[in-house]
Amino acid sequence: MARKISMKQAINEALDQEMTRDPSVILLGEDIVGGAGGNGERDAWGGVLGVTKGLYAKHGDRLLDTPLSESAYVGAAIGAAACGMRPVAELMFIDFMGVCFDQIYNQAAKFRYMFGGKAQTPVVIRTMVGAGFRAAAQHSQMLTPLFTHIPGLKVVCPSTPYDTKGLLIQAIRDNDPVIFCEHKNLYGFEGEVPEASYTIPFGEANVVREGKDVTLVSYGLMVHRALDAAAALARDRIEAEVIDLRTLSPLDLDTVLESVAKTGRLVCVDEANPRCSIAADISAQVAQQAFAALKGPIEMVTPPHAPVPFSPALEDLYLPGAAQIVAAVKRTLEGGRH
Amino acid sequence: MAANPFPLSKEQLLQAYRTMRTIREFEERLHVDFGRGDIPGFVHLYAGEEAAGTGIMVHLGDGDRIASTHRGHGHCIAKGVDVRSMMKEIYGRKGGACEGKGGSMHIADLDKGMMGANGILGAGAPLACGAALAAKFRGQGEVAISFVGDGASNQGTFLESLNLAAVWNLPAIFVVENNGYAESTSRDYGVAVDSYVDRAAGFGLPGVTVDGTDFFAVHEAAGEIIARARKGAGPALLECKMVRFYGHFEGDAQTYRAPGELEQNRAERDCLKKFAAAVTAAGVITTEELTTVDHEVLSLIENAVVAAKAAPLPTAADLTTDVYVAY
Repeated sequence: MARKISMKQAINEALDQEMTRDPSVILLGEDIVGGAGGNGERDAWGGVLGVTKGLYAKHGDRLLDTPLSESAYVGAAIGAAACGMRPVAELMFIDFMGVCFDQIYNQAAKFRYMFGGKAQTPVVIRTMVGAGFRAAAQHSQMLTPLFTHIPGLKVVCPSTPYDTKGLLIQAIRDNDPVIFCEHKNLYGFEGEVPEASYTIPFGEANVVREGKDVTLVSYGLMVHRALDAAAALARDRIEAEVIDLRTLSPLDLDTVLESVAKTGRLVCVDEANPRCSIAADISAQVAQQAFAALKGPIEMVTPPHAPVPFSPALEDLYLPGAAQIVAAVKRTLEGGRH
Repeated sequence: MAANPFPLSKEQLLQAYRTMRTIREFEERLHVDFGRGDIPGFVHLYAGEEAAGTGIMVHLGDGDRIASTHRGHGHCIAKGVDVRSMMKEIYGRKGGACEGKGGSMHIADLDKGMMGANGILGAGAPLACGAALAAKFRGQGEVAISFVGDGASNQGTFLESLNLAAVWNLPAIFVVENNGYAESTSRDYGVAVDSYVDRAAGFGLPGVTVDGTDFFAVHEAAGEIIARARKGAGPALLECKMVRFYGHFEGDAQTYRAPGELEQNRAERDCLKKFAAAVTAAGVITTEELTTVDHEVLSLIENAVVAAKAAPLPTAADLTTDVYVAY
């Protein structure tokens, strides 16, 4: 049996192995080393939650602490990528994308197409996503749909340490810009991870639980909620199939369609706000491409159309849980054609 | 022939003149063709500003990177991008620099170190920091240059980049092409300080202001700044005060200008006239030699337009290619 490590350790290990393998891999971000220019400890932080801790000792100046200046350093990562480097920029929270969004969606995403296929921009932007940390409206969002919408970007959001390591190594070796979304509530989640380097291809969803009655499609933290719901449904003899998309762009729709062809029922579970969400996108595509297979209405389980609240009492209501997923499954089972 | 008082050989001087003349005629031709309705989209002309791009770019090789602006044709030509591929691009044809997918505002040639004209004002500055960072890691003395106009000099991206380049001691040079107007708005309305040298100082960078219509002034100042950056002495800012012969975009009626302003600019601040006067007065190059270049350039531009109009249009098969390297 492989050893168990946390998602945070899986990220650190993936970065370490790729920096060792490829000298063009560099890391940029705010406090990714920590203590720069001061008189205290160097590598004081290793990132705000310690994800890159220890890498400075091995890779030195290939880790660059940046000023609090996201437009400049995210843009610099993109420019360096267009000039032959493989930068991994850490943007502490996806909520901060607003201050450097132009560099991502007008520059990195467009170079290859706009320059007639003559450029490549192998940059990875690692960023924390998701609610449940009592971090309120500007540090808790699941903005995956914003980036999935943009042609030219790839969007990854893993749910396990194993997938995290394989997908991050793939992201670094990938020749297109990748937004790598790490759920902050999964950093401590442990799972089996091989020590050796490996990649997981983009655009391959993972069927994490098989079932014949209903298809639950999700990604990130919500995969675990869907699995909880599936376990609860099993007690009622409802067999739910749970699909972890793993990458949102590219999207493995085929796996979803195959599952819906079998189950006839679809519940999309998404931590993003509901309008123009991943859930809405998949619902639309399945309705278009597998209408005949559907035996009941497609259901979406998402937070409300509201910002993430601070009060734990409210945030717990905001985030979908197993109970809402179970209720949605029952609605589609009961509301179906017979 | 008199002794050459310039810091460039006769051959280099002729080449600089050819570059400036090529930019001028390229833009003059686009002005005419756009007016005829031959060219789709937005076009921003560099005519009048040739000495700045040329005086800087003569110091650069293909390994040095530049990040350009919406007014990028002159930067492209001075950086060595093929004029025929540029013309095809502006005409939206296959075989253009970007296969017709970029157009005037996005011409790029990474092999020539041209990281793209840019439709987003100020967006090139962080990209140039990245190019400079890559150059620093390579350690071969390459530099990166970011161009902005006086308008985009107010963008946060530009100001953040000045700081980042200074903090990381990057081989990055920030060129402010001050043509007096941010679109239709006077530079003095939009920038509170009198001198960009002061603004650079505020970020810990040395800065120099030159007459951007004087090729030799630009050449000298840029040479010193670039040599300094190549040696690892860090970033700098170069302000080129210059004039724009046309509007912000083609079709701009330019009613914001004072009566007679354009005519006066053409008469007194034409960088090509000033260059020609200097080299002929010094007896280094004859008027006939310059005229020969003029004819060759006109022929090049005419051939480029003919080839562009004859080039095939992209088809439906091209619509969704090259969104990704692999997807």
